[in-house]
Amino acid sequence: MRYLKLLLTFWHVSVAAETEYRSNFVMSALNSMVTLAGAIFTLSLFYQNGHQLGGWPWHDALIVVGLFTILDGFSQTFLTPNRTRVTELVRQGTLDFVLLKPVDTQFWLSFRALSLWGIPNILLGIGITIYAGMHCEPPLHWTAYVIGFIPVILGMILLYSIGFALGTLTIWFTKLFNITMAMQAMLEAGRFPISAYPNAYRVIFTFILPIAFMTTLPAQTMLGRVEWPWFAGSAIFAICSLAFSRWFWGYALRSYTSASS
Amino acid sequence: MTPPPVYSTNSTATDQPVGQQLVTFLRRVRVFLAVYYALMIEYRGEILLWVFATALPLIMLGLWYQAASDSTFALSPDAMLRYFLAVFFVRQLVVVWVIHEFEWEIVSGRLTPYLLWPLDPAWRYVAAHLSEQLARVPFFLLVMGLVIWMFPEALHDTETGTWWSPKSWQLLLAIPAIYSAWLMRFLIQYTIALGAFWVERVQSFENLAMLPYLFLSGMAAPLDVFPPLAQKIAMWTPFPYMIYFPATLVTGRATNIVQGFAVITAWIVGLFLLNRFIWRRGVKNYSAMGA
Repeated sequence: MRYLKLLLTFWHVSVAAETEYRSNFVMSALNSMVTLAGAIFTLSLFYQNGHQLGGWPWHDALIVVGLFTILDGFSQTFLTPNRTRVTELVRQGTLDFVLLKPVDTQFWLSFRALSLWGIPNILLGIGITIYAGMHCEPPLHWTAYVIGFIPVILGMILLYSIGFALGTLTIWFTKLFNITMAMQAMLEAGRFPISAYPNAYRVIFTFILPIAFMTTLPAQTMLGRVEWPWFAGSAIFAICSLAFSRWFWGYALRSYTSASS
Repeated sequence: MTPPPVYSTNSTATDQPVGQQLVTFLRRVRVFLAVYYALMIEYRGEILLWVFATALPLIMLGLWYQAASDSTFALSPDAMLRYFLAVFFVRQLVVVWVIHEFEWEIVSGRLTPYLLWPLDPAWRYVAAHLSEQLARVPFFLLVMGLVIWMFPEALHDTETGTWWSPKSWQLLLAIPAIYSAWLMRFLIQYTIALGAFWVERVQSFENLAMLPYLFLSGMAAPLDVFPPLAQKIAMWTPFPYMIYFPATLVTGRATNIVQGFAVITAWIVGLFLLNRFIWRRGVKNYSAMGA
């Protein structure tokens, strides 16, 4: 309860600070729209001469694009602003002040900041997903969206955990502050169904950088094509990675010596 | 970071013989590159991460290779592999980040001492970029080697049924193409960066201007698979000349070479004039932070 109150306060403060830069919001909305248009254009290039990307019909693949856009927006709104802060704190040694606060440090570091820039992406993503779902063969029932929402949440948990664990690495390697940027770039692969990749890529995107669980699996769930072991696997994967990020942070803190000491 | 020492202060000494001037110039170039290369080497770890951060062509390589293997596209699977390897290679050499540096120097007032140098500040950025490229080389060659190891077909030409061999004259032309592509990209970003003399946060303008770069440059898909109209529209923008044009030269499939170089040259000249014009206006307008 105390944490819920804190969370609301954090977000309230962040939003208040953000509204100072209203023109940024217009920029990011424009940004999201052009990026989405580009993604759909690129996707359409794969649907020539009767080819279907990875065996996915056009509207099914469009759902993957929609889910990716939602996830991207989620990441911009909740994860990125905090991630950049962690590396900054470690570099300047101001992490000490956070450690002294009577709050769980991981909680503080993960939820302190909120950025509204991701909202256009979230809205656009939801729009595309619903549009594509209505034009699927057969059109999706509303329950499909509800069921599909569960793996989307699991994907978000997974994304958060990996991002946080990578950010934790900066405790030892201060210069690695680009690491999350590298991860972000690799995540771009999630814009397309995993079956469209060669085998070697599929292995990497399932087990090493689990992009398959973030967009393809939720889309399959919505389309009613998911194999249940994979669904269960995604839940286990998400919970384990969350637990790992928690343990890893505690472990890293033991070797934190603060800057210049 | 302390600025590198200036080795010669008489850059305006026009009374020197031309040969002497050239020697001074070359020495200056050498010193500049050496200093900045040493600086960049310190950031090896980050440069490795940057190579990963620019891995989009390799993701698209997987998609297009698979698609071309399953159905018929304008390029055969092995041509797709070579194309995207070339794209990755070109992409590594045309990376430009001058806007981060410049914006920071303006906002923090660090530009001021550099204005006193007997040398245009642009040269420092050029040197930093060229040295960073050099520091990148081992990393991206390693990644390219890894990809070729994964897909050995990349070196096999299905059209002729033999090993693929580059058309050496096109490969030679690729070098000026890559560097003029880099220069064009650099001038675009540096010109937008000059906006920092008047407004804050110029980076978001640059991001917006460069958005079409991702899908019109040939990074997401070779322009050969674009519908004819989209292809025409793309060729009217500067974007394909930054990636697609040099990449096709590397793989030896380039057509319209003269037109390509003509367009790039026109952009470079135009951007250069615009850049110098804005620079002169900007410096006049500039009142250093804390001065």
